[in-house]
Amino acid sequence: MTAPTIFGICAALLVGIGLFGVIISPHPLRKLLAFNLIGSGVFMLLGAVARRGAAAGMGGDPVPQALLITGIVVAFSATALAVALLLRLFNETGSVTLAADARAHPDAGDT
Amino acid sequence: MIAALNIGVAALVLALALFTIVARESFAACVGFLAYGLLLTLVWVQLQGLDVALIEGAVGGGLTGVLVIGAAVRLRSTQAAADAARLGMPARMLAVLLSGGVAAAMAACVLALPDPAPTLAPQVSASMAATGVANPVTAVLLAFRAMDTLLEAIVLVLALIGVWSLAPDRVWGGRPALGYDVDPDGILAYVARILPPIGIVAGIYIFWAGADHPGGKFQGATILAAMWLLAMRAGLTDAPPVDRKWLRLALVAGPAAFFAIGLAGTVTAGAFLAYPDGYAKVLILAIEWALLPSLALTLFLLMAGAPQRMSAP
Repeated sequence: MTAPTIFGICAALLVGIGLFGVIISPHPLRKLLAFNLIGSGVFMLLGAVARRGAAAGMGGDPVPQALLITGIVVAFSATALAVALLLRLFNETGSVTLAADARAHPDAGDT
Repeated sequence: MIAALNIGVAALVLALALFTIVARESFAACVGFLAYGLLLTLVWVQLQGLDVALIEGAVGGGLTGVLVIGAAVRLRSTQAAADAARLGMPARMLAVLLSGGVAAAMAACVLALPDPAPTLAPQVSASMAATGVANPVTAVLLAFRAMDTLLEAIVLVLALIGVWSLAPDRVWGGRPALGYDVDPDGILAYVARILPPIGIVAGIYIFWAGADHPGGKFQGATILAAMWLLAMRAGLTDAPPVDRKWLRLALVAGPAAFFAIGLAGTVTAGAFLAYPDGYAKVLILAIEWALLPSLALTLFLLMAGAPQRMSAP
């Protein structure tokens, strides 16, 4: 098996693992980690596609590789914003549970 | 042999990813995530993306890992409430089925990718001489797809505005939290004195080498930001108060210079972000030099977080 195939399948499994984590993790920080796993799976798939596009003496297609650099930096800035939101929520309420909204509006589920 | 090594690395990556999800303690999960990010650099080397490997190690693994570890320490008291809110068995089985289905569909797509693969590498190779840089990824970032890079630099500043706006009113204009109580004679303070001189040289070298070799402004700026962060966490220096004029000017100077050069392209070369013949390399270097300090500052302040205390008089 070639490297793009191996890591392409690895990327697909990473997205699956990340999606599973987003669904089952009750803690928002863990959801954030899982969401980053999905992101890195998508990045790895794009990297495998870039490697398949090797041509003209280049080891991979440089256009997706440049997009990956942009993507990884933007993913970090979104993560930093999410962590800041989480810490502010914790400072305000002393907890970070996402279930609090359901308790605050008990009749929301009836309609 | 190489295939066996690749399969081994992929298995390790997947095992660490799974550990990040199932670990009981959030802190352990975050440490696992940091290790996972560093391991991914091996994957990128195997996929011939050295520039991506550098940014993955610096930003995807390093900065993100440190960020979530810091958050996990602050949120430690919320662990018990989260443990009590775990999903029941039927919901977990449903989640396994759903995510397994998505992974299987994606894997099927990977195996069905067209052969030969579509590629833009020949076009990049043919047009690269006009830009004067020898690293094709830098040529794409700053010439062929310069719009993406401009927007990325602006997104970073927007994210920082978002983080700052989460400060409580009473500390607006103050400084971010220092974080830890550090022993001034401890090992952290020692490392924070020894490492930055080496790190600053390495960061600027990676930035400078980026025109012709793997590297670039984002990778270099991350290392510079990490050195400042290390010195701050060790209590040797402090983050600036967020209401300083010079700070805000320095944050927008890079993107503004990029935008101005792009705008000048409409007059001199007939299109936004186009470079006149023969000046491409000079302008690309000018943009990179302008972006480096702004990026390093933005990344550092994103890591430092929202203002938490008023500055000392």
